[in-house]
Amino acid sequence: MALKMVKGSIDRMFDKNLQDLVRGIRNHKEDEAKYISQCIDEIKQELKQDNIAVKANAVCKLTYLQMLGYDISWAAFNIIEVMSASKFTFKRIGYLAASQCFHEGTDVIMLTTNQIRKDLSSPNQYDTGVALTGLSCFVTPDLARDLANDIMTLMSHTKPYIRKKAVLIMYKVFLKYPESLRPAFPRLKEKLEDPDPGVQSAAVNVICELARRNPKNYLSLAPLFFKLMTSSTNNWVLIKIIKLFGALTPLEPRLGKKLIEPLTNLIHSTSAMSLLYECVNTVIAVLISLSSGMPNHSASIQLCVQKLRILIEDSDQNLKYLGLLAMSKILKTHPKSVQSHKDLILQCLDDKDESIRLRALDLLYGMVSKKNLMEIVKKLMIHVDKAEGTTYRDELLTKIIDICSQSNYQYITNFEWYISILVELTRLEGTRHGHLIAAQMLDVAIRVKAIRKFAVSQMAMLLDNAHLIASNTQRNGICEVLYAAAWICGEFSEHLEEANQTLEAMLRPKVTTLPGHIQAVYVQNMVKLYASILQQKEQAGEKEAAQEITQLMIERLPQFVQSADLEVQERASCILQLIKYIQKLQVKEVPVAEEVIALFAGELNPVAPKAQKKVPVPEGLDLDAWINEPPSDSESEDEKPKTIFHEEEQRHSRHRQPEIDEEELARRREARKQEQANNPFYIKSSPSPQKRYQDTPGVEHIPVVQIDLSVPLKVPGMPMSDQYVKLEEERRHKQKLEKDKKKKKQKKEKRGKHHRHNSLHTESEEDIAPAHHVDIITEEMPENALPSDEDDKDPNDPYKALDIDLDKPLADSEKLPVQRHRNVETLKSPDSEVPLVEKKSKKPKKKEKKHKDKERDKGKKKEKEKKVVEEEEEEEEKKGEDLDFWLSTAPPTAPTPQAQSEPGTGTAVVAESQEVKKEEREEQDEEEEDEGKKSSKHKKKKHKKEKEEKSKDKKKSKKKSHHSEEEPPVSVQNGTLEDEPLPPMSSYRLLAENPYIKMTYDIQGNLQNDSQVTVSVIFENKSTSFLKSMELNVLDSLNTKMLRPEGSSVHDGIPVPFQLPPGISNEAQFVFTLQSIVMAQKLKGTLSFIVKNDEGSTHEKLDFKLHFSCASYLITTPCYSDAFAKLLESGDLHMSSIKVDGISISFQHLLAKICFHHHFSVVERVDSCASMYSRSIQGHHVCLLVKKGENSVSIDGKCNDSTLLSNLLDEMKETLSKC
Amino acid sequence: KCNTNTQSEWKKSEDTQQQIIRETFHLVSKRDENVCNFLEGGLLIGGSDNKLIYRHYATLYFVFCVDSSESELGILDLIQVFVETLDKCFENVCELDLIFHVDKVHNILAEMVMGGMVLETNMNEIVTQIDAQNKLEKSEAGLAGAPARAVSAVKNMNLPEIPRNINIGDISIKVPNLPTFK
Repeated sequence: MALKMVKGSIDRMFDKNLQDLVRGIRNHKEDEAKYISQCIDEIKQELKQDNIAVKANAVCKLTYLQMLGYDISWAAFNIIEVMSASKFTFKRIGYLAASQCFHEGTDVIMLTTNQIRKDLSSPNQYDTGVALTGLSCFVTPDLARDLANDIMTLMSHTKPYIRKKAVLIMYKVFLKYPESLRPAFPRLKEKLEDPDPGVQSAAVNVICELARRNPKNYLSLAPLFFKLMTSSTNNWVLIKIIKLFGALTPLEPRLGKKLIEPLTNLIHSTSAMSLLYECVNTVIAVLISLSSGMPNHSASIQLCVQKLRILIEDSDQNLKYLGLLAMSKILKTHPKSVQSHKDLILQCLDDKDESIRLRALDLLYGMVSKKNLMEIVKKLMIHVDKAEGTTYRDELLTKIIDICSQSNYQYITNFEWYISILVELTRLEGTRHGHLIAAQMLDVAIRVKAIRKFAVSQMAMLLDNAHLIASNTQRNGICEVLYAAAWICGEFSEHLEEANQTLEAMLRPKVTTLPGHIQAVYVQNMVKLYASILQQKEQAGEKEAAQEITQLMIERLPQFVQSADLEVQERASCILQLIKYIQKLQVKEVPVAEEVIALFAGELNPVAPKAQKKVPVPEGLDLDAWINEPPSDSESEDEKPKTIFHEEEQRHSRHRQPEIDEEELARRREARKQEQANNPFYIKSSPSPQKRYQDTPGVEHIPVVQIDLSVPLKVPGMPMSDQYVKLEEERRHKQKLEKDKKKKKQKKEKRGKHHRHNSLHTESEEDIAPAHHVDIITEEMPENALPSDEDDKDPNDPYKALDIDLDKPLADSEKLPVQRHRNVETLKSPDSEVPLVEKKSKKPKKKEKKHKDKERDKGKKKEKEKKVVEEEEEEEEKKGEDLDFWLSTAPPTAPTPQAQSEPGTGTAVVAESQEVKKEEREEQDEEEEDEGKKSSKHKKKKHKKEKEEKSKDKKKSKKKSHHSEEEPPVSVQNGTLEDEPLPPMSSYRLLAENPYIKMTYDIQGNLQNDSQVTVSVIFENKSTSFLKSMELNVLDSLNTKMLRPEGSSVHDGIPVPFQLPPGISNEAQFVFTLQSIVMAQKLKGTLSFIVKNDEGSTHEKLDFKLHFSCASYLITTPCYSDAFAKLLESGDLHMSSIKVDGISISFQHLLAKICFHHHFSVVERVDSCASMYSRSIQGHHVCLLVKKGENSVSIDGKCNDSTLLSNLLDEMKETLSKC
Repeated sequence: KCNTNTQSEWKKSEDTQQQIIRETFHLVSKRDENVCNFLEGGLLIGGSDNKLIYRHYATLYFVFCVDSSESELGILDLIQVFVETLDKCFENVCELDLIFHVDKVHNILAEMVMGGMVLETNMNEIVTQIDAQNKLEKSEAGLAGAPARAVSAVKNMNLPEIPRNINIGDISIKVPNLPTFK
């Protein structure tokens, strides 16, 4: 043995360690990949050795390689081996590697359960610690379920080091296994008052994390946290608690009132900036949650804003950033208090730090008003010019547009100014947001009728200067605005003064370099322009001019007809023909203008983006039903042309009103008005009859807001947005003077909140009358539109599962699963004696009592129990009222709907479950004692017996009922095997059986490892005795070996990691390694176990034969028919076939049997013939062709290995002959 | 050089992990010295709820990615605690210590952050636990470990570029004291 050790360490000397690896990688900078692949080969060799130190070293290196981005999941099993090393040094390496590379999909993870359980109960606190740390990174739902109870026990460990880790990991367990939350919560709550600050902090951490997602369930903890907040001096804990309160206050305004004072005190007293900041944040949350009307409300706001200002003015960029962040929260509810710091925020725009600039921009968004919009945007425009780097400039651009267009252009008083801003923005080079500007131009031009004339003139100018814009080769960039410009000029061509010139600009050869979709719009809109020019000329009687313009079109259009873009080409050639026809008519001196213009007649209405979605489905209309029977393929092509048109164009295409008779129209109009009167999202039409646009039916019902025009403006020359600013100032000044005169008479009405939608109220906040006659047409919505917006809640929110009412008393069934026998097992298994001691020492009273008279002891225990129950009862009763009481010390407000659990029934349930628990614990204790005594032959045995007899009946019944309750969660998957009739097919086969125990087993191939299979054995206790110390051993063959823990010999059995109380079954898994898989194997084995009952205990054995069929080496692998065909064609496969007669079952059933028992999947099935596929763990392809005859089945198989194939077919023959 | 501590909150494939590290390094390293230490979350690090919080020491960046349940300034202090702890555990930590002893760095971090949640912020407590674990490790190695250590020492001597020989003065980390946090 000693020799082996020395040999191991000598081996180790010459292996590369982590430092060598790192050094090597640094030395091979130029061929790093090659060097690493070489290292990985070495590591693979090292992993094959038996020495655990070598393995650990290899795994350690792998962990480093994983960090560099190499996949090491292939070594998962080796990592587990290292995890299960007895030395802490290696264990830690193993767990570190596991925490780096294990994830939900790692299938060997299930093998770790027992190892982790063992480590959790290790006498060495660092073993436990490292297991908890590792587990926190790779816990899966299964691990969480199986280990929840063990971890919960650790929460009361004597060592704070373990306690704090156990508490913290519970959060992960809750996430993966939400059912554990309620049973574990009382103990978690207990830990909030743990004497160790680390544990306390961990508990606060977990509860804060839980409460952040589902705050309402944690309201009842508010008093406790309040106490902690006022008593704790740990800033970390304080911050967490204060953050938690921030999440709770929106649910309970009274809590906020209670908080304000201590928080304010903290703000004044603390020197820690982090704490100060969180306090301010929470105060803000409180203030937001409180409705107005609190007396010292504004004082608190002032305090916050003042403190934030200090933060923002600080030279520390971090504080500045956070100050701005918090400021934006205040902004939402108290914009006025923030607006007074506009200077500071504008200053931040000049900051060199982009994060800060972006924050400041966010703030600006909320700070604009009618009064300062122009000024702020002017400032931003200056920044746009100065900005380096396109990202920030693009951000500025979007912000400008956001700020201006927010709330339906609420703050814009002068749209001419806005259009000029947009035009100025088009001069930005290389921006990605051309489409945004374009969309704004379109939107404004369509919805603000009064601005159209101005907009058109600006757009004409843009078109004229198109070469400047288009010369920027950023194709998707700014040239998008030409799309908008062309469309606006075409659509509103009646406003165009120099239509000829614009048309000419649009026909320039340069245009053909624009992107296709823009050219398409050009082509379409030049016809509109042409039509209006034609009309103009005709009316003026200038026939020659009209013909000239036609000639121009005919000359220039062919350049578009040659376009490579389908859309452009199609439109151009169509229009060219049209114009040639017009020319013909013109020659004949037929007036055509009216008819041409009719092509584009009609008014365009903006439609709300959600309008389509909101059309309610009329009653009795089934949208999924066929209107006509589905047409044959050839007909369906008719529908296509629609989609060919560009999407954008479609949006703007004419809105054709269906022909409806006047009466119906009037009726609808009336109904609609009614609807709008009740719809807050509509602007009610002003009382005075306004000018209406009646030219087309259906337009007059679009709500139009008229804004009184005060000073009509006409800006001469090229408009620059700055000019508007100046003019605006003058205008305001004038207005102010006027207003001052009237002031005495007019009492300003106090105004409430802003109407967010469509509220361009004439009486604005600052009483600034807009400079322009503006009608903003609201977007159309369908009749009967449903105003509500659906909440976009994510149904896949992982935290939703944790939305659990924690105040409800625990029900009987709510226990952590697998507690019973596994728990007993942990206590009993030899290597876990120590936690037992620890557990006992935790209850020192009980331990001492053990030496006293048992009878008395028992009485006392009962008493204590009762007391506990009573206390619990009281507590329970209190809980409901507690919060209310605690909160009601604040000025009384309306009672909140606090859910009160019925104390009567609730407590009863708790008491009962509590009792049951106690009973169990006692039972365990007794059993422990029992054992202890047996070994030491203690004289107190007599007492024990007495006691046992006395309580026997009662306990028996308890126990019985308990087991039956406990059972469902215990074994969900094997439950079906014990008391329910067997499902039609089970892959579990009988292994061996005697009067005590029954074993069934199933073998599964391991995808990750080509030489391993996992044997799952279900042990079922058939007797009335207790089965324990089960040990399973097999006689290894040369080919097949059972995987034993490190250091044990081939003659050692593997202990089954649980004990079996009467009637219980449980499953254990054993891993076998094999070399060849082409033949079936049989391994002889023995299960030894101890049967314990009232009479004593006996040692029993059960022999069995483990049959590894060839099918168990196959893994069901889906295969596509083309891949399957290729495989067959490849010619590398051996072939063999069988035929079985006397088959009576259906083909379907037969295939299912092959799939299930032999792990195949069906590739294709035609009538009574099917092709099937499977793969072995070592990568053999197995293909089958199954044909069913009258009473027989023939199977042709192909496989890489002929032995494997013939064995497989033999097995199949056997299965089928049983049918 | 960049030492990125990606918290184990999200498990991603190795490729994504590398991409995150690359991108984070790209973002962080181009930032000026006098700018704030927060970076708002992109899609790669899990959306807008998450932030990158980093500190820059000489040639090293310590980057934490946290969600909104953490206090920003608190995390900055935590990084400070981390670096101070490294300094204590490695006795005047330098860049190469971290490069050659990644496993130790991981172990120290594991005492501070567990499964993505802050476990311990008290430096003395952390150092105590790390020391105790090192002691345990040494006692386990015992006699058998001695030859291995000797060989390792010999290996170090033979190679010209071992950390101790280089000992680049300027990369040892200066640890400024922050009064804000316990």
